[in-house]
Amino acid sequence: MIPHNETMMLKTPFYSRCLAACEINMWEDWKGYTTPQAYTSVEQEYFAVRSNTGVFDISPMIKYRFTGPDAGAYLNRLVTRDIRKIGVGRVAYTVWCDDNGQVMDDGTIFHLAENDYRLCAYARCLDWLMWSAEGFDVTIVDETAEVAALAVQGPTSCAIFKNMGFDGIENLKPFGLTRYPFEGSEVMISRTGFTGDLGYEIWVDPSLAETFWDRLFEAGKHREIRPIGGHALEMLRTEAGFVQAGVDFIPAEESVRTGRSRSPFELGLGWLVSFDKPVFNGRKALLKEKKEGSRYAFVYLDVEGNKPAEYAFIYDGDKQVGTVTTAAWCPTAKTNIAFAQVDAKYGKPGQELVTEIYYDRELKWTRVMAKCTVIESAVFNPPRKRQTPAPDF
Amino acid sequence: MIDLNKNYDVIVVGGGHNGLICATYLAKSGRKVLVIEANQSLGGASATSEFSDQFSVSSCAHWLFQLNPDVASDMGLNKQGLELAARDLNTIALAEDGNHLIIDGDELEGAGISDEDRVAFVAFNKQILKFSKLLSGAFNRRAPKLVEGNLTDRITLAKLGLGMKMLGKADMSDLMRLALINIYDVMEENFDNDLLKAAISLDSLLGSHMGPRSPNTVYGYLYRRMGDIYGFNGPAVVKGGMGAVGEAMAKAARASGVDIEVDTAVSKINIDIDRATGVTLADGRVVDSGLVVSNADPKTTFNKLVGLTNIETGIARRVKSVRMKGDAAKLHIALDSLPTFTGLSEKQVGQRLLIAPTMNYIEKAFNHSKYGEYSTAPAMDISIPTTHDASLAPAGKHVMSVIVQFTPYELKGGWNDENKEAFKQLVIDRIADYAPDLKDKIVASELLTPADLEERFHIHGGHWHHGEISLDQILTMRPFPGASQYGTSVDGLFLCGAGTHPGGGVMGLAGHNAAKEIIKRGKSA
Amino acid sequence: MKKYDAIIVGAGHNGLTNAAYLAKAGLDVLVLEKNAYIGGATVSRELYPNWKYSNCSYVCSLLRPEIIRDLELPRHGLQVVPYGGGVTFKENGDYLGAHADHERMLRELARHSKRDASAYERYEADVMKQTRLIRPFLMRTPPDPTSLKPRDLKELSVLAKSFGSMGEEALADTMRFWTMSIGDFLDEYFESDVIKAHLAGSGIIGTALGVYSPGTAYVLLHHYMGDVDGSVGAWGFARGGMGAVSAALSASFQSFGGTIQCDAEVAQIIVKNGKAKGVALANGDELYADIVVSNLDPKRTFLKIMDEGDLPADVVKKAKNFKIRGSSGKLNIALDGLPTFTGLPKDSPLCLGEKHFSDSLQKMERAYDEWKDGTWSKDPYVDMLIPTQIDPTMAPPGKHMMSVFVQYAPPKIHGGDWTAEDKAGFEKTVIDQISNYSPDFKDLILHCETRTPQDIENEVGLTEGNIFMGELTFDQLLFNRPFPGYAQYRGPVKGMYMCSSGTHPGGGVMAAPGANAAREILMDLKLTNTVPGGYDDD
Repeated sequence: MIPHNETMMLKTPFYSRCLAACEINMWEDWKGYTTPQAYTSVEQEYFAVRSNTGVFDISPMIKYRFTGPDAGAYLNRLVTRDIRKIGVGRVAYTVWCDDNGQVMDDGTIFHLAENDYRLCAYARCLDWLMWSAEGFDVTIVDETAEVAALAVQGPTSCAIFKNMGFDGIENLKPFGLTRYPFEGSEVMISRTGFTGDLGYEIWVDPSLAETFWDRLFEAGKHREIRPIGGHALEMLRTEAGFVQAGVDFIPAEESVRTGRSRSPFELGLGWLVSFDKPVFNGRKALLKEKKEGSRYAFVYLDVEGNKPAEYAFIYDGDKQVGTVTTAAWCPTAKTNIAFAQVDAKYGKPGQELVTEIYYDRELKWTRVMAKCTVIESAVFNPPRKRQTPAPDF
Repeated sequence: MIDLNKNYDVIVVGGGHNGLICATYLAKSGRKVLVIEANQSLGGASATSEFSDQFSVSSCAHWLFQLNPDVASDMGLNKQGLELAARDLNTIALAEDGNHLIIDGDELEGAGISDEDRVAFVAFNKQILKFSKLLSGAFNRRAPKLVEGNLTDRITLAKLGLGMKMLGKADMSDLMRLALINIYDVMEENFDNDLLKAAISLDSLLGSHMGPRSPNTVYGYLYRRMGDIYGFNGPAVVKGGMGAVGEAMAKAARASGVDIEVDTAVSKINIDIDRATGVTLADGRVVDSGLVVSNADPKTTFNKLVGLTNIETGIARRVKSVRMKGDAAKLHIALDSLPTFTGLSEKQVGQRLLIAPTMNYIEKAFNHSKYGEYSTAPAMDISIPTTHDASLAPAGKHVMSVIVQFTPYELKGGWNDENKEAFKQLVIDRIADYAPDLKDKIVASELLTPADLEERFHIHGGHWHHGEISLDQILTMRPFPGASQYGTSVDGLFLCGAGTHPGGGVMGLAGHNAAKEIIKRGKSA
Repeated sequence: MKKYDAIIVGAGHNGLTNAAYLAKAGLDVLVLEKNAYIGGATVSRELYPNWKYSNCSYVCSLLRPEIIRDLELPRHGLQVVPYGGGVTFKENGDYLGAHADHERMLRELARHSKRDASAYERYEADVMKQTRLIRPFLMRTPPDPTSLKPRDLKELSVLAKSFGSMGEEALADTMRFWTMSIGDFLDEYFESDVIKAHLAGSGIIGTALGVYSPGTAYVLLHHYMGDVDGSVGAWGFARGGMGAVSAALSASFQSFGGTIQCDAEVAQIIVKNGKAKGVALANGDELYADIVVSNLDPKRTFLKIMDEGDLPADVVKKAKNFKIRGSSGKLNIALDGLPTFTGLPKDSPLCLGEKHFSDSLQKMERAYDEWKDGTWSKDPYVDMLIPTQIDPTMAPPGKHMMSVFVQYAPPKIHGGDWTAEDKAGFEKTVIDQISNYSPDFKDLILHCETRTPQDIENEVGLTEGNIFMGELTFDQLLFNRPFPGYAQYRGPVKGMYMCSSGTHPGGGVMAAPGANAAREILMDLKLTNTVPGGYDDD
């Protein structure tokens, strides 16, 4: 008989610790893994990251490993950024496109060693990676289950790592990675994250996962470390201005309706596109778009009032010019932020628009037409995110 | 010869007939053109080779039956020495008992053919040719884009649409149905005679990986009968073998000012990010040019010459999805004297001979190839060119050229010597069923499997159409969506081979259309 | 003698649907049925005491929701219960589970190929694109491209606009999809044999083509374009068997005042002066109406119950050439209990869905080769279900009903009729195949009803036993169905119409042909349309 449980809900290497810490029984299915949406209180978890340190289990993130003499050239053709500029020990956030210059997904590329890279993404994309590998001398392995990972984020995260004995971690620059010996093996630490704050992500062998968790929480005991769930992360990433596949854009190959996919320019990610490199997927279409203009603009909106503009339509006068993809009240920035897709000509900072917000007052739905303004950048962007050596709070 | 001081406007990679035709038109338009051919001889699959001492044969295509007359006349092929040793030959569908069926244009003889079949055949031909005629309006120009097309495309579409309307309601209805279905049903609907049904079926699928029952095969037949629109009333034998076609075309090309370099392989089409800049030869020399036109098939072009790493993934995926596994082998036999076919006169032996007794015979032969086996009873198209052209063999001796359908490109267990020999003997035995004295007359023989054809003619999969002629690979889908108008995703790189619209066979329109497209695009090419 | 406004020949689901809409418009409608029971191939029958089951069509997805709602079929007793899951067993003892949950399905696919699991999302999106393209046309009358009538030109432009809005490359992909084989199509997405085999079934069911025959990719669509409660591509059971569909349709029809007469085989459509006048029954009775609608397949309609002299020559020829191939048979098995399957946990929810035993395209293609050769497949492709796991009405408690759709089975064996030995051999082939995966299966068999294409033809009148009343290849779809020039439900004789699955949009228990035909008839009569338009997908 074939073991049926191979495809039952999966457990991350930190599951036992998550389970023990999850007080309110809020779980979700994240790519087959059972992960907490919240442990105790979404708000407290959110503030843990902004004030102390929050720990988020990112083990379900899909991880692919690329090795071989063409690994670099391969990735350079795959993604929009110029990978040649990402040195060993550096990490880069990037998107990748189909031939029409439409975003398939985003993720981070870790340059682990010479001819050795890891791609960390939210969604599976092995098929596209394999198609892209035709002609390249590169080996691609899905190592999602072979690497346990935690995001350790917040102003005190560096201090906690120092407490754990990771000397010199404060000197790790944003988007840098380093390694420390750990329990006879090693832990890889990168200064990366999805919260817009000072923070790190750690990568260990699954067999060391629980030990690492325990040592981390021990070291962070006096720094108010706490685990955080998916809901808190959603607030954090919104405040930090990060887009999410499937929420803020539809991966190109999964879209069914004509015209629903978006280019990097249309997602405000034009800065990730480097034309000054060999051919890459989407190059031709993106060059054309750059010349002829985009259809849409991705904007951050500062929305009047405190009602999140979820699923809201956006108007210029009577004309509907776009829709909101993500919206939240940002507790630290004290701003009512929304991410939106608008027709390209409404995308300039300073543009004033109106959102149509519906909200529920004890089963009485209320509609407000809230003014909003296109703003230049994300509302949360503290110096500590960039400072090196990282400050000790 | 390559003149490195010449600053070529265009380099054509591959001196097959389409490459030479394309080069000639481009040279005539005032462009400086260089053709580079890996083999010694020109013409690609229009080739003649000596396979045994003093015995020569057309080593791939062996009939000329659909060369476009406008192309031939623009090239001045007659002036360049192209001669037909015989033309408008009959097709004779062989019966083991000698009661063969002779197809002579609209006329049918033998095989107990009924009057009903005779009448039906005339009507059938008439309708098919009407359809082929309509189709021919789309053959000598680029395949129209359907949505994003410009005026040129819209005119082509309008002409096609009008042409369909002009057919009249009844024929238009028939075409809408026929174009999509299999030849097997059409034959069952029209005829009784097994040999007739099988002969037409074979013509609709020769060279492809399809059986009579495969939908789309009627299109294959319309394609084949394009020859009738081009003035052929049956196949022709070229004096000196099909290689003479290549030679005449090469002469025409040179006369137009084309430089031709033979015996020189192109190892790479050079690309600067996304623009073709010339080629690198196998010996390391680099030749620059404004444009590169590949006469190679789409897979060879992109997999080998461009490199999949130099194009975007979506295109690479398209290239990979092109279906082009050849399913036809060539058998060449050197004969001591003319073999005797049961029931055929000596004169008749020189006609086009088919071994395909029934449609089910062909279908069963096809079954094997689906699973990587060779047919134990293959279907065949036989030519004995020496009955018309004594120059191919020593005096009194003969050569026989056979297209053997179905022979898989990838044989289970591989095409090793042992398997090849076994298959060759099997084919010879099968022919001997019709020509009992054949085996005593064999001096030498050579079997070219699709894998051999691939190696010899640099055609991926050994597929003589450079890609299956099937409805999902024609018009705007040929060679693949996004590359249907000869241009590619690489600026300055064009395709002109049989893999492009309208397709293969020694027709010449792919090369012609590609040249016209390049000329039309002018500086923006 | 009483004269009806309209007579419908054949009480299959399309005939009943057509009748219901005509009656709803106020016409006096009579439906004639040759059998003693209504429903045609949409029936539940008790052929073994206490087992009342769907003995022909067996699952329900295509039935248009617009019609279900409009004819108030739920009020008339119809309940469609979706089922999920499914298994394709592998020869090596493993299996591919088709889980209802998307993520779970992906994990299962990843168990066979990680690459294929990620390709599956692209595959689903691409198939959905095609499905969305075709669905809006299900409840529309196809335009005649040879016509210059304003309505045809308008409909053609709707068609052109819908296709044109896709963009050049997507349109090319669509044309490829409609003309290529399911095997080639799947080869462009997947590497795993069992995954391809699992998905390919829908490309051949009911079709006399192999997985590598061009045109089969479209057939796949025909199985994906239905929905259960808006879940596109989902399948369900009609509670009480497919007879519940006909029962509800007939109740709806009767609520509008319609009449059904069973045991009334139509021998001839009476034509006078180029106009339909009524029908003559096999018993000699004549019944009159100015509208006669045939729910029989095109071959039976034009070659059996119409006189060649009443028809234009081209129609006779077209009907003769109409492709309607028997390719499948069926086993309906009453079981003493629930069989277990080696390799699958006993209570796995996967058991609730379809089970297949072909784990490679090559096996499926070989099965087709045998059909071409004039015999049934020795290792057939089967679509097996045990509906009693979801619908408790079909068998006594604890007992079960197994429905086995078997492909390929030819209408004739090497050109001759099926003999009793052939039928027994066919039955044994199927039972042995299932037993290979379920050791206790044979012992549980209480009764087996084996149906060859010939049986299906003789009983329900589907020519050659073709379940779709005509192959679903592009030459017989849209404006080509049943034949070019006659795709708008109007027959060649005034007052004579067609409403069977042999017309657009084709077979399956969809009821769209019946409804579309009614719309055309009402238009000709200048009566107010009673047929609902299609729901918009967006």
